Amino acid sequence: MTDDIKISIRNLYKIFGNNPAKAMERVREGLSKDDLLDQTGHVLGLNDISLDMHDRKIQVVMGLSGSGKSTLIRHLNRLIDPTAGEVIVDGEDVLAMDENRLRDLRRFKMSMVFQKFALLPHRTVLENAEYGLLIQGIKEDEAGKRARHWLDRVGLTGYEDYYPGQLSGGMQQRVGLARALATDADILLMDEAFSALDPLIRMDMQGILLELQEELHKTIVFITHDLDEALRLGDNIAILRDGALIQTGDGQDIVLHPADDYIADFTREINRAKVVRLRALQKPLNGAAPAGDALADSMVLEDALEVIAGAEGHIVPVKDEQGKVTGQVHLADAVAAMHA
Amino acid sequence: MEFLTEFPSLGRKDLSALRRAIDGTFREFTRAWGETIEAIFYPLLRFLVWFEDLLLATPWPIIILVLCGLAYAGARSWKITIGAGVCLMVIGFFGMWEDTMSTLAIISVATFLCILVGIPLGVMMARYDRAQSIITPILDVMQTIPSFVYLIPVVMLLGIGKVPGLLAVCIYALPPIVRLTNLGIRLVDKQVMEAADAFGASYKEKLFGVQIPLALPNIFAGVNQTIMMALSMVVIASMIGVQGLGVPVLRAISNQYLALGLMNGLAIVALAIIFDRVSQTYGKRLQAYRETGHD
Ligand SMILES: Nc1ncnc2c1ncn2[C@@H]1O[C@H](COP(=O)(O)OP(=O)(O)OP(=O)(O)O)[C@@H](O)[C@H]1O
Ligand SMILES: [Mg+2]
Repeated sequence: MTDDIKISIRNLYKIFGNNPAKAMERVREGLSKDDLLDQTGHVLGLNDISLDMHDRKIQVVMGLSGSGKSTLIRHLNRLIDPTAGEVIVDGEDVLAMDENRLRDLRRFKMSMVFQKFALLPHRTVLENAEYGLLIQGIKEDEAGKRARHWLDRVGLTGYEDYYPGQLSGGMQQRVGLARALATDADILLMDEAFSALDPLIRMDMQGILLELQEELHKTIVFITHDLDEALRLGDNIAILRDGALIQTGDGQDIVLHPADDYIADFTREINRAKVVRLRALQKPLNGAAPAGDALADSMVLEDALEVIAGAEGHIVPVKDEQGKVTGQVHLADAVAAMHA
Repeated sequence: MEFLTEFPSLGRKDLSALRRAIDGTFREFTRAWGETIEAIFYPLLRFLVWFEDLLLATPWPIIILVLCGLAYAGARSWKITIGAGVCLMVIGFFGMWEDTMSTLAIISVATFLCILVGIPLGVMMARYDRAQSIITPILDVMQTIPSFVYLIPVVMLLGIGKVPGLLAVCIYALPPIVRLTNLGIRLVDKQVMEAADAFGASYKEKLFGVQIPLALPNIFAGVNQTIMMALSMVVIASMIGVQGLGVPVLRAISNQYLALGLMNGLAIVALAIIFDRVSQTYGKRLQAYRETGHD
């Protein structure tokens, strides 16, 4: 798998207010979000964000309400223009694009799924799924064929002629997902796409997304305020607070090494056994590897625990992706990791 | 003390000079441009006359059938359709058929004109805040200024006849459709618009694919209002030479014919009710997709 950078954000600032340029000077002098609001009446939406998003990976952006998640994701397809900074997609500067180029970016390269679905209420499910295709200029019958395919993939066969208002929230968001997938864009922007759904439906949708991603390998930018969701979906997680990026890393980094109390608060309630992988716990071999079959180092603790407990001496060998034994994990370390 | 009790106004001489100057200028304008303006409106006059003649020349059963057909197509309701048919029969039975056809002609043409001008204006207002802030006060004036006041320049410019009558009706009936088109478009869900943007829709694709369809119920309420206001101008329009149900009403006023006035007045009311019910039920049908829940 390639590890190329698909989207690169450089020193991005967004200030809401009447005179952002003026406020920008104050921010560069180091004024905080609260002080900026008090002294100038401007809202600091994004504060010096630099972030690289990898090709074919799920990048999660997490933060509490008002932390700037929606603002950030809307810069990627320039639904919002920044006050300063750069957004580079596939090596091309999004901010330098003229109107036509930008429209092509939105039509062909990026598609979006919204928190409140944002379906066209006067069009049927099928017509909604076709929407992006028709805008791309694809002929009606071809668009219909592709839209049906994607509706089928998200499990909505038989609902083509319903109106969105006739469907439950979960089903509406499947339409939203089908609409976004149908355009064949390689970047998928999802702004709290599952936040409005019931917990069970939400798990369901996460499952659908992961299943699709296994085969489609899109670059997905997924916004959420829920750590469980972030850990389940994210190959990488970025955490925002007050418009600033305070930690990036994979789920394990964030759970095991929270950068500050804000993040530690997030991670306190988490079931670590579902997140921590053997890779993070293994100790170097001293001498020969312990007896028994080696476990993959990508295995999460929850799955490994039983094996470790049943192993001779409560110790198991761990192997890397190539099958080479690289270390060992002891039950005591495993249990300690769950309560750290 | 006199300064406070007497409002410091222009002297009588100055005032009349001012009025004369304005009148003179407008008369000059009329003399210079009257014919050109009349020529511009000539096709409209031809159309109006043609349509009126058509309605009058067509045998009445066919007209009733066509109107009932339209009512059914719009409302999909037998009650409304039959009601419309009965109203028209009664009107004809009481000898008001021809006047009703004339009124129908001018109302239809006026509504058509208002839609033609009003919807694009409303679309423009919704797109540019600048346009909204300029047009809104003009609409306020059009709706509140007493009709007799704008009849004066219209008659000075175009004389007495169908076209000035039509203009007077349109001036009064245009504002609701403009306002409601603007409002309807502005009320379209911001999130749906954002989705259209995110998929790269152009302004035109957003306008015709999202904004107008979603604003349609409001636009339709505007059409309904426009028709009602046009109907309420029938009597005033007949003062400047428009044929129709307004003429006998006018005659009834000057001669104190109670029955004549009442009958023609009720005919106008009947037309209004038919138009209103049909367009309202049609408007409701446009929103069928808003119903929620499973089958
Ligand atoms: N158009 C705007 N004008 C002024 N301030 C804005 C605007 N849009 C966002 N903000 C402010 O920017 C900050 C970030 O908002 P944003 O919507 O990105 O937050 P979020 O993380 O998506 O929150 P949520 O989880 O509630 O969706 C907030 O303080 C918000 O008030
Ligand atoms: Mg948000």
